Amino acid sequence: MDHRIEIAQTISDMRARVRKRDLESAGFSGMIDDVRLVDVYTLDQDFSDDILERISSMLTNPVFQESKIDDSFKPEFDYAVEVGFLPGVTDNVGNTAREGVFDLLKRGLDGQTVYSSQLMFLSGDLSREDAQGIGESVANPLIQRIHVKSYDEFSSDNGMGVVVPKVNISEKPSADLVDILSVSDDELIVIGKRGIANSDGTRRGPLALDLTYMHAIRDYFKQQGRNPMDVELESLAQTWSEHCKHTIFADPIDDIADGLYKHFIQRATNEIRHAKGEKDFCISVFTDNGGVIIFDDDNALVDKGETHNSPSRLDGYGGAGTGIGGVIRDPLGTGLASKVFALNYNFCFADPREKRPLFRGRDFTQPLEGALKNTSDIIAGVRDYGNQSGIPTTNGTVSYDSRFNGKPLVFVRAAGVMPRESAGRLSHEKQAQPGDYIVMVGGKVGKDGIHGATFSSEAIDAGSPATAVQIGDPITQKKMNDAIVDEARDLGLYNSITDNGAGGLSCSVAEMGRESGGCYVDLGKVPLKYPGLNHWETWISESQERMTLAVPKDKWNDFSDLMERRDVEASVIGEFTDSGKCVVEYEGDRVMDMDMKFLHNGLPPRPMKTTFTRPTHEEPDFPTPKDLTDSIHSMLERPNIASFEFISQQYDHEVQGGSVIKPLQGRGRVNGDATVTKPILSSNKGVVMSQGINPSYSDIDTYNMAAAAIDTAIRNAVATGANLEHLALMDNFCWCSSNEPERLGQLKRAVQACYDTTVDYGTPFISGKDSMFNDFNGFDEDGNAIKISVPPTLLVSSIGVIDDVSKAISLDSKIPGDLVYVLGATHNELGGSEYFAMMGDKLRGEKFIGNGVPSVDTNVNRRLYGNLSQAIDQGLVASAQSVHRGGLAVALAKTAIGGRLGMEVDMGEIPSHTTRDDYTLFSESQGRVVVTVDPNKSDEFEEKMDDSMHSRIGRVRGDDKFIVYGKNGPIVNASVDEMLRSYKSTFKDY
Amino acid sequence: MAEPRALILAGYGINCDKETKFAFERAGARAELVHINDLIDGHRRLEDYQILAFPGGFSYGDDTGAGNALASRIRNHLWDDVRKFVERDHLAIGICNGFQVMANLGLLPALDGNYGNREVALVHNDNARYTDRWVDLRFEGNSVWANGLKFMSLPIAHGEGKFYASEKMLKRISGAEQVAARYDYDYVCMHGELEANPNGSLEDIAAISDESGRLIGMMPHPERAIDFTQLPYWTLKKERLLREGREVPDEAPGIHIFKNGVEYFK
Repeated sequence: MDHRIEIAQTISDMRARVRKRDLESAGFSGMIDDVRLVDVYTLDQDFSDDILERISSMLTNPVFQESKIDDSFKPEFDYAVEVGFLPGVTDNVGNTAREGVFDLLKRGLDGQTVYSSQLMFLSGDLSREDAQGIGESVANPLIQRIHVKSYDEFSSDNGMGVVVPKVNISEKPSADLVDILSVSDDELIVIGKRGIANSDGTRRGPLALDLTYMHAIRDYFKQQGRNPMDVELESLAQTWSEHCKHTIFADPIDDIADGLYKHFIQRATNEIRHAKGEKDFCISVFTDNGGVIIFDDDNALVDKGETHNSPSRLDGYGGAGTGIGGVIRDPLGTGLASKVFALNYNFCFADPREKRPLFRGRDFTQPLEGALKNTSDIIAGVRDYGNQSGIPTTNGTVSYDSRFNGKPLVFVRAAGVMPRESAGRLSHEKQAQPGDYIVMVGGKVGKDGIHGATFSSEAIDAGSPATAVQIGDPITQKKMNDAIVDEARDLGLYNSITDNGAGGLSCSVAEMGRESGGCYVDLGKVPLKYPGLNHWETWISESQERMTLAVPKDKWNDFSDLMERRDVEASVIGEFTDSGKCVVEYEGDRVMDMDMKFLHNGLPPRPMKTTFTRPTHEEPDFPTPKDLTDSIHSMLERPNIASFEFISQQYDHEVQGGSVIKPLQGRGRVNGDATVTKPILSSNKGVVMSQGINPSYSDIDTYNMAAAAIDTAIRNAVATGANLEHLALMDNFCWCSSNEPERLGQLKRAVQACYDTTVDYGTPFISGKDSMFNDFNGFDEDGNAIKISVPPTLLVSSIGVIDDVSKAISLDSKIPGDLVYVLGATHNELGGSEYFAMMGDKLRGEKFIGNGVPSVDTNVNRRLYGNLSQAIDQGLVASAQSVHRGGLAVALAKTAIGGRLGMEVDMGEIPSHTTRDDYTLFSESQGRVVVTVDPNKSDEFEEKMDDSMHSRIGRVRGDDKFIVYGKNGPIVNASVDEMLRSYKSTFKDY
Repeated sequence: MAEPRALILAGYGINCDKETKFAFERAGARAELVHINDLIDGHRRLEDYQILAFPGGFSYGDDTGAGNALASRIRNHLWDDVRKFVERDHLAIGICNGFQVMANLGLLPALDGNYGNREVALVHNDNARYTDRWVDLRFEGNSVWANGLKFMSLPIAHGEGKFYASEKMLKRISGAEQVAARYDYDYVCMHGELEANPNGSLEDIAAISDESGRLIGMMPHPERAIDFTQLPYWTLKKERLLREGREVPDEAPGIHIFKNGVEYFK
């Protein structure tokens, strides 16, 4: 018999009050009088009354909760809405309760045993549709079930009833041959696009293999004299996916035979390392899951960026959470494993106030989450996974553009630290040996995450698989992480390690198999969440929280014993070989037998052609606004500039104790551009992390977009104290429609800029990532077919070392009387700027774009950044704020708001090539920094900056006034307090 | 005894263990990370230590209530050892999630020296959201951990940190000098225009001790405030000190809590 335990609070429930508030802002305003929440645990096994009582008291805190066993709370209400998970979806609360039951009974039980759900009692003027709508606004039908009952139904049924979301699959697992040898090209195309046919005619989901690839596969199997098994075809689809092979960056493009990556990015890094000679600080670049650079004599840093855009659009919470969970496993799977000490996020969202719905299907079917819910859930997904992982999420950015409503961009980043030697080995090197056990560690395998890699290689549409959505389990990962990084690594218990990300085992095992020269896997030994998975599903499932390790046979006992004592699941699922083959069996049946060479290198190049036309936009023509004070306030309220303190504050940015420069800086708690973190508490050295991202410049020229992203990432880091000579970068391209020549032309220009700019700065790329199809194909609120493509976006992340963290610089002005300098020159570069966007919105209801997009003068800037580095190192700088979105006015305002001190500035002293005051204030020219300096140090500072453009433009005031003087008196006359209110007003209720 | 041995509990999602160990070492203790399973299966023995630290973190992901599941595991497997440990002249500290664990275990407030009854709770913050920010604290009461301390600014980082107890219980805790620290409005709040009480805790309670004062539980994180450069406004303070020709310190006040723990054994 199944049982149900309900738990309610006996004191005022804050969660319920906040839920009511959230529902009101989600469109149910004025309808709800009261919300009550009840936590529900459903047990699918029979227990005695005594045991049930003990389980219930284990789950109930008598100080503020009460419980009912097999009975229901029945407050006054109009509708009851219960939300629980669909079968097979990760249920962390249920899992913890199950472990508690095991602990209580001191024995294990079969199956899931405990399922969690939440019951919501609603009172108010509500219809059944309203109640259903409320359920849908808190749940996601792709992963959750919603159950609504009226008061009368609830009364006559005596409660909600018991629902056990157990996975029941009765099919016997099997593998099928897929006929590709005798079918037409049309059928090959369908198989590649929509997947292998099931016996009932339905398709299994996208392989994302085009006809060129299908032909190569057919030719291979023709040589083998047989058709492929479904496992083999699915495996190829994973390994050859854009997501895994980055074919757009690898294949010939125009006259560049060696492809964009080798020709521009890798070549730039090689040249930089060569030029640096003995000062080269790179250890391992582009070859592993993350890039590795020197931190100090004994330790190395690892850095990696990822995106999780498509899953995050379908389910913000699970998609973003598993995104951050996945990127944490990258440094864990780099070299022999590093410990992650910092996470970053970079979100590109549609304005959460956007109310227009989008549908994946025709006739208003398959609605996407609304912008507010989707963005809130993404923020929460990163929060919960990051916080529960015990890793500080130190900083991030949020960019807004309506084109991110089809797919948001969810960039996540993890930086790790590892000793340069571990157990007598160089820790950045790893090598699975023939004879080593293939060991899967961490979570079990279920149907979740099937076709994630191929899905992310395509646009979102009605056929996008819901199984690509999953919920993360950060504690399972944390346990695995600690057992590996804190113990197994330094005991030398394994030879190689990599994470199970895209493509699951099919990619991780085959990838490591290259180190030894082959692999053999017995799928029957892979631990499953529930029975009934087909072999191909077990092989490619992207179930989270798993690593694959190569464990020498003579170390297996020690390894296995350690994992058991740490409550981490570890299973031998096969053996690395030197057979040159990837062989997979199940109970003696061979379901895959392929040459490693073909698996990894069999994909034929697909040469690409590009076009590029730089668009000409209407040049905005409006008079200088009379009141620039008002303009500054409007700019500070723009989502792209406004404070996102609400995000910074819900992310634990101080765990691990290494926080030096925090995400919110100064008394005014301004969002800073860079953070400083100590990865090793006993050392004074710190790591500076920052980024540059400018999607709007792509509307004019992606070359400038990319160059500005690089310049900004470097400038932000230098302004916080990073040393330009020890600064590395990562690229992360999020493009759209990358099968169109014009989009590829934009890409080529951006990559060219990467080469030109990084070589000049001597800042190597050490790792990268791309996501090339950020398009949404669906339907709008009128049922019309639409395509929404993101603006081509390059995120550049920077990571640098500061030798003494006590020299790090924050952005806030410090002492009245300090001198304000602007470093660098201001040009007439308003194209794609926030100011043009704002003025367009204001004057015609649509942003202006313009044409004068900022360009980067690397020679001038390099000298300036070098000088600034030295000035900071010598303690000559009191505050520094890099100038980027919103221009000089915003940088000055942030400095003042941060310090909560007034400021006066003389326009005449600003080195500017514009013709108008508003352009000078809001131009987004690169290469500029606002600094404040102690008057007693100004001579020394100016001497240090001697051969760089620097101008003393004003001073910090002791009062609240923020004044900018033009030729004929003040053109801005604001109060810092009011600017602070504007800066914080936009998202203050989020 | 020169160097007390501190056991820093680890495992199951505890995540402030390493910095807590670092803080104890800085304060002069011999600190070791010990996985809870190593205590359960006898690889390590609690009786070999003088200080027991329940660090912050997310044991079991806060599922079934913050600290509840780990407390359950301790109650089922280690309760006798833990009770014996705290009944001897030993010290224990619970920080954040560790405080939640100690409250669920009934190690705090343990009125009349009776350990094992759940008497207080840390419930969802009033904003029902995880919050990382700094707070100002005013110390009081009988705790050896707070010996000589008056004011201190420390960071909090939690979603379930609102101190809750019945009115009667609150009176008894206050009466027995078992409130160790309350949220107050001082330097940090003034500078950042922040509310003093970050989570709605009743009577602004941030930390409590047991009757003996040897056991303390606190929501704020002292281990995140032992270096000057961990402080939220350190760049401003540094600039001010330098202009006044004064020395910039290395340490931050959080270290005193750990030093108090170590001093107790000297």
